[in-house]
Amino acid sequence: MSPHGELKLQNKYLQWFERRLPVLGLMHSSFVAYPTPRNLNYWWTFGGILTVMLVIQIVTGVVLVMHYTPTVADAFDSVEHIMRDVNYGWLLRYIHSNGASMFFLAMYIHIFRGLYYGSYKDPREVLWILGVILFLLTMATAFMGYVLPWGQMSFWAATVITNLFSAIPLIGKAVVTWLWGAYAVDQPTLLRFFSLHYLLPFLIFGVVLLHIWALHVVGQNNPDGIDVQTGRDTVPFTPYATVKDSFGMICFFILFAWLIFYIPNYLGHPDNYIPANPLQTPPHIVPEWYFLPYYAILRAIPSKLGGVVAMFGSIAVLVFVPWLDTSKVRSARYRPLYKQFFWILLLVCVGLGYLGSKPPEGAYVIAARILTAYYFLHFLVILPLLGFVEKPKPLPASISESVLKKGKGGAALATSAARSPDRN
Amino acid sequence: MATTVGTTRRDFLYIATAAVGAVGTAATVWPLIHQMNPDASVLALASIDVDLTPIAEGQIITVKWRGKPVFISHRTKKEIEEARAVPLAQLPDPQPDQARVKQGKDQWLVLIGVCTHLGCVPLGHQGDYDGWFCPCHGSHYDTSGRIRRGPAPLNLELPQYEFVSDTSIRIG
Repeated sequence: MSPHGELKLQNKYLQWFERRLPVLGLMHSSFVAYPTPRNLNYWWTFGGILTVMLVIQIVTGVVLVMHYTPTVADAFDSVEHIMRDVNYGWLLRYIHSNGASMFFLAMYIHIFRGLYYGSYKDPREVLWILGVILFLLTMATAFMGYVLPWGQMSFWAATVITNLFSAIPLIGKAVVTWLWGAYAVDQPTLLRFFSLHYLLPFLIFGVVLLHIWALHVVGQNNPDGIDVQTGRDTVPFTPYATVKDSFGMICFFILFAWLIFYIPNYLGHPDNYIPANPLQTPPHIVPEWYFLPYYAILRAIPSKLGGVVAMFGSIAVLVFVPWLDTSKVRSARYRPLYKQFFWILLLVCVGLGYLGSKPPEGAYVIAARILTAYYFLHFLVILPLLGFVEKPKPLPASISESVLKKGKGGAALATSAARSPDRN
Repeated sequence: MATTVGTTRRDFLYIATAAVGAVGTAATVWPLIHQMNPDASVLALASIDVDLTPIAEGQIITVKWRGKPVFISHRTKKEIEEARAVPLAQLPDPQPDQARVKQGKDQWLVLIGVCTHLGCVPLGHQGDYDGWFCPCHGSHYDTSGRIRRGPAPLNLELPQYEFVSDTSIRIG
């Protein structure tokens, strides 16, 4: 497992413990001696960043619960109480609410990195699907957390999102009543969302452990998308990956701190500082920025059931990406056509996000329909076809060669060109 | 043993055990699922009485029933005529206006004020059909609360109600 050295314990008490529960050895082989490809770039630091963000959300969440009251009469006031009265309450709440945005920012970068470098391909399919599950769980957690302050946006987000299930034929209405525990979003709804918002992060934590486990079984992908062959292709996790991840985290936290301390409400909606009113819908209901592309897809389809199916389908399609992509070459570095379609897809997703924030009228609806169609076209048509029509560039013979050739100005290029474009 | 060929008593025991296990699991899980349905205290808030005398002609009021808004519209002659002039074939969810009010009480329209698309509260006296307009995703309802244009699939729902007197209704 670890060509970079075994754990050698000097302390005899630790040796005694290790013989009974080898947890130190597990940590050592997973996060110290673990071999990481030597060509990893900064896009590979977001897994570590996401783990830290999850811990931050759990820690701030647990302490916020110590001051929050989950009743329709008091929830809004208790959040204001946290902001004004509780020691450092403003800081804890702003970390938690902006933390959700930073979590999604890191997650989207992490997902698009996987798409660019083909991290979902054989043998990493299960690792990728666990990632999609984590994405869904995170979306559910963020949505339920947004309901808890019980402002106008909280209430109407809860109403609109739970009503998505009313599109299910025959049993839809019963399902929605069951979700609410009442005939509208009300006290029972708030309490169960609170309960689940507390539970789901721990579930996410469990799936993260599986995600890391699956990663360490198959090994990390890398920017060249070729397999590790010898010890020369890797460096030990500590200090190389540890230091690189730490530096990435610090940069990420500078942005996070800027949000918290300078523009803490920039990503929120002023309407959520109005207490929930079940008899009046705000004039413009818009979800948080990280849900906007899905909201655009929902509204683009001129049928209630169709819109809901397309919205869930846009995430479900990710599960099948390992099989929809027929190319044997992983990294977009060596796929000249895929590289272009990747950037188009990224622009389409950003475009959908923009359209999700606009009212569903006129040209906005038409644009949202075109972009929604393209989104599905990318995964269901372009991705399968590219594997057959694209001629990949020659792959380097090994990771170490590809790294070293940069230093030697292309001396190793000749040997790599001789290799077939097949994987490895 | 020769008896292991084909169906054996052991196969039967496996299937029987699995079946009992499945029924037991379902019986155990059901209370955990059913507890999320509306409880007795929610069901108890089933009906309210509303006095209609203060509602002027042309006015719409909103009352809260089972946590939802209920619109009570005192319709003008023009609004009633508009609702009845539309050919049913033009409606996405065809229903005559007569079927949406109580007989002889044509001026009183009582609706659940929840858009049938995704549950927002439509705004009264707005939209292209003089009825209601939902600001969330742009559904237009007419003076009978019927869907005319937009993503909503159905007409605004009617609550169960009855006239206790000429000027008072009981909803629920």
